[in-house]
Amino acid sequence: MRIVVASGKGGTGKTTVATSLALVGGESVRCLDCDVEAPNAALFLHPVLDRRQEVGIPLPRVDTALCTHCGKCAEVCQYHAIAVLGQTTLVFPELCHGCGSCTRLCPEAAITEHLHVTGVLEGGLTADGLEFARGLLQVGEPMAVPVIRELKRWPPLRRPALEIWDAPPGASCPVVETLRGADFALLVTEPTPFGLHDLKQVVGIARALEIPAGVVVNRDGIGDQGVDAYCADQGLPILLRIPMERRIAEGLARGRSLLETAPDYRPAFQALLAAIQDRVNTEYAP
Amino acid sequence: MKLVISIAGDNLQSPFDARFGRAAAFCLVDSDTGAWTAHANPALEAAGGAGVQAAQFVAGLGARAVVSGAYGPKAYASLSAAGIAMHLAPGNAPRTAADVLAQFQAGALNQAQAATQDGRH
Ligand code: SF4
Ligand code: SF4
Repeated sequence: MRIVVASGKGGTGKTTVATSLALVGGESVRCLDCDVEAPNAALFLHPVLDRRQEVGIPLPRVDTALCTHCGKCAEVCQYHAIAVLGQTTLVFPELCHGCGSCTRLCPEAAITEHLHVTGVLEGGLTADGLEFARGLLQVGEPMAVPVIRELKRWPPLRRPALEIWDAPPGASCPVVETLRGADFALLVTEPTPFGLHDLKQVVGIARALEIPAGVVVNRDGIGDQGVDAYCADQGLPILLRIPMERRIAEGLARGRSLLETAPDYRPAFQALLAAIQDRVNTEYAP
Repeated sequence: MKLVISIAGDNLQSPFDARFGRAAAFCLVDSDTGAWTAHANPALEAAGGAGVQAAQFVAGLGARAVVSGAYGPKAYASLSAAGIAMHLAPGNAPRTAADVLAQFQAGALNQAQAATQDGRH
């Protein structure tokens, strides 16, 4: 089962929820930090990162001796990353998405692909024995999506019974890429108008991908009733409420996971996991 | 010689558009006879790579020279590869494509020697 933990913006406690869920899941869990621009789940899980792999996008390279400048590649590229101008075929790496269409369509087989490294995957086990992996987008590289895609494809050390994917904040392509193929979207929000606004955007994505969703309200009690009303109206279950508590904030600031700081939350997260599993099993029941 | 001028309209009297990749349209003029046609810029809706797409389009029109206000790096690389001369009509003064054509014919326009904007296109 694959659970994505997402939120419309950063700082809602998304990573706190994702890591806590991973910790109650035990050894059968693999946790992926898909926030490749600013991964921080490792700060709370303390894995030993001893696996490493470079990833990137396959960039086309044109063999000038074979190219007849027929223009097929430029025609098929929807990103205008390859252009035929007179007797020259140009590739613009910053525009290329590495989709491979030009290579496949070139009638002269003049194009070969070469890996352009845009990021690195790192992985290993935590002290509790759970598997962790993350992607790191190289500074200056514009495209997070290929790194996320490769992270999700990275063969696990052992077959996980449960996957927890910590999504990047926001509601753009990297979030969509993280949610793709998930069985459940756990959306973390704050009970404020801003929280509600961002929540609606991720709910939109989950709906578009037809992924069942549930909500965690973090810092419960700080805002208004807007999130509750919206969830009731949309039939979105609120699966957990975490009240605003000073000891939690202080523990997180010191790099301790929620469950280390407040072990009394363990049953609540176990119940959360069970509730999600229940919902997924009902959703996909024959 | 076939010349392309970036314009914000659909004829030779239309205002000159100083952006190349994001110009509304291109006026293709025969600088010897003055005969012209207007062509909508297919790159206008492009999410990225507008400069490249516009350059390919202009090359496809058979232009040997362009006049615009600025060229991004990808447009510059593409137009250079196509052997198309890039002329600059500097300043923000409102003028029509016909005014720019007259300046070109008078030899008053310099050629761009490098990309003239950082080109977030
Ligand atoms: S499709 Fe192949 S042969 Fe045709 S222009 Fe592109 S690289 Fe050259
Ligand atoms: S790999 Fe895809 S995006 Fe890159 S140049 Fe070829 S067709 Fe365009």
